[in-house]
Amino acid sequence: MSDRSYLDHAATTAMLPAARAAWIAASEHLGNPSSLHAAGRFARKVVEESRESIAADLKTRPSAVIFTAGGTEADNLAVKGLYWHRQQTLGAKEPLRVLASAIEHHAVMDPVAWLGDHEGAMIEWLGVDREARVNTTAIGELLSNNSDVALCTVMWANNEVGTIEPIERIAELCKEHEVPFHTDAVQALGQVPMNLGALGADAVTVSSHKVGGPFGVGALIVNPATGFTPVLHGGGQERDVRSGTLDAPAIAAFAVAIKHAVEHQVEHAQHLRELRNKLVQGVLATVPGVVLNGDPDLLDGGRLPANAHFSFPGCEGDSLLMLLDAAGVDCSTGSACTAGIPEASHVLLAMGVDERTSRASLRFSFGYPSTSADVDRVIAALPGAIERASRAVSSRSA
Amino acid sequence: MAMSGGVDSSVAAARMVDAGHEVVGVHLALSRNKTYGDGRQRGCCTLDDARDARRVADKLGIPFYVWDMAEEFAEAVIDDFVEEYRLGHTPNPCLRCNESIKFTAVLDRALAMDFDAVATGHYAQIVQGSAGPELHRAVDPEKDQSYVLGVLQPRQLSHSIFPLGADTKDVIRAEAEARGLLVAQKPDSHDICFIPDGDTAAYLRRQLGSLPGDIVDAESGEVLAQHDGTYAFTIGQRRGLQISRPAANGAPRYVVDVEIGTRRVTVGPPELLDVYALEGIKPIWTTSPLGDTPIELLAQVRAHGVPVPARAHELDERVMVELLVPIRGIALGQAVVLYDGTRVVGSATIASTTRAA
Ligand SMILES: Cc1ncc(COP(=O)(O)O)c(C=O)c1O
Repeated sequence: MSDRSYLDHAATTAMLPAARAAWIAASEHLGNPSSLHAAGRFARKVVEESRESIAADLKTRPSAVIFTAGGTEADNLAVKGLYWHRQQTLGAKEPLRVLASAIEHHAVMDPVAWLGDHEGAMIEWLGVDREARVNTTAIGELLSNNSDVALCTVMWANNEVGTIEPIERIAELCKEHEVPFHTDAVQALGQVPMNLGALGADAVTVSSHKVGGPFGVGALIVNPATGFTPVLHGGGQERDVRSGTLDAPAIAAFAVAIKHAVEHQVEHAQHLRELRNKLVQGVLATVPGVVLNGDPDLLDGGRLPANAHFSFPGCEGDSLLMLLDAAGVDCSTGSACTAGIPEASHVLLAMGVDERTSRASLRFSFGYPSTSADVDRVIAALPGAIERASRAVSSRSA
Repeated sequence: MAMSGGVDSSVAAARMVDAGHEVVGVHLALSRNKTYGDGRQRGCCTLDDARDARRVADKLGIPFYVWDMAEEFAEAVIDDFVEEYRLGHTPNPCLRCNESIKFTAVLDRALAMDFDAVATGHYAQIVQGSAGPELHRAVDPEKDQSYVLGVLQPRQLSHSIFPLGADTKDVIRAEAEARGLLVAQKPDSHDICFIPDGDTAAYLRRQLGSLPGDIVDAESGEVLAQHDGTYAFTIGQRRGLQISRPAANGAPRYVVDVEIGTRRVTVGPPELLDVYALEGIKPIWTTSPLGDTPIELLAQVRAHGVPVPARAHELDERVMVELLVPIRGIALGQAVVLYDGTRVVGSATIASTTRAA
């Protein structure tokens, strides 16, 4: 057993050996996928086979796959690209509305807020309930006055508390009202079944490093009939919607990682769920006053199997994180950190958790290398860490 | 190990690691307004500083965390600073920060989490004396920071480590260079980290608004000019008075008095500034209380001031200090730090001064 336990797979997970092998193999070849000569043709073959493989795995068409340099870029393209295109086609002089859940990752939330601050967009932040789930009835009502809605974006599953959102229903509502729908599926990929053809969203974000591929590559899976105004201008490599020389080796490895994620989704979820449930039950049994945040259903009707997210009232999450780090456990406060400065999580605040409790929270997230010994280590380390962290809090308020 | 991202705390951290301690780097976030520095500004509170500190910690192979002390800092240091100025006093925020943040909030949190001590890059020395740890001046008189540490009590000193006090700044810079710490060329930080442009008067004007009043000649009683806030004036100040008429004898004039109720600023010749005795309140003793029999010590009233011989004793929670050599221009609210040779005896906040011999 290794002497540390990495339980932060929602931040990034280990690269799969098969993905690494594909990455290295492709990197041994020279060639720019846009070049016309033999070297270019070879690189293009790698990219196009990867595109087809990803499309098949996600049950969509190859022309739907737009490669980007990661989840953040794909989210930016979806939000800004849909907004600007919608503005163009409506010939709208008046600002348009954007419907966005209040629990989006910063990669969605910040571009949405930016549209509000710089383009005059009117933002409707969609509230969530105590389990972090949006209300589809409320969304339906907002969409019924659809003439000025540029887009609706609701993530597939939340990165902090693991709540799975009712995106099939939202996709339906958006289709009914002819409003483009984007969903950030970065966390959901590999943990829940995914059929993008059936879903019919206009844009879906996926990212490689969350499923065992390399960093810095992702994709926006689009409806080819939906228009996007480019965010990056240049050579127009990806259907004139996205420019930049494609990273063929990373894309090859990404495709292998997605194939693995999709083919092994059921047993992977089973493995994650067993570990997660052992952790949740252990923590609830050993830590008085602890609260499990998000959907309480541990059979995962509505929760990512890899996710456990707790509040430890009377402690500060960043003290706990530091003490668990010293005890060999890597976990996360789950919230945004600028230069490591802990902020109260916007997700927990949107769920109605008070600021103090939201600062008392930690996320543990499992991945394919996780074992039962990792859970044991956390459960062994927690009581001591909690005792010291709560002493640190009372020293502050004294 | 408190790591600001500057040269001093970086070398101090490296020395702590070399000494075999189990070291954790902590950067204090003292402001919620997160900005990147422009590379010129000297400070301790920008995101660049946090990143520099993190790079040093990574290089040393120690864990690194940012502790959010913005609330405590705003309350104990910034609010106090503004309030003191409103009262016509001249506080030293670094002292308050050491007293309430670094060696109280940070130290208590560290001890609660089972750490043994807090180390900082201050230039000062701790010597184990018969009566407990003693705080002494650093060997480098230019860099000595014992003055701003004069607020530490025995319990705090016994959990503090100052790895730099026995060396000069030149040695520390050279060591930073030799260790390959990129911060070696960084300029020293500002006097007041939350006023990065250094314009204290403008900062206070924003906080307190305009409070106009007269500038009056001490000798003639004549109104010489108007000002828009007493907080822009400190006893002993000469520059920035904006008086167009010179004194009758052509001598320079100094602020000799600041009155809050009437908002009157009085200016006069430097002789009026000589202080022969002062009274300090809220004394803090680094090792043991001073006692009520006058003893001969050295008194220092500014961070880089010259210490002068003095006779001091305690009287009802106050410290009475007779200055055997007068000090020119002491503002209320400044700290007097008493030394016995190089040893810091304690400190107090100056509440009144006597100017006639
Ligand atoms: C939900 C979600 N969206 C987007 C991202 C950003 O993806 P990337 O790291 O590939 O830019 C992340 C990862 O932190 C995420 O969890």
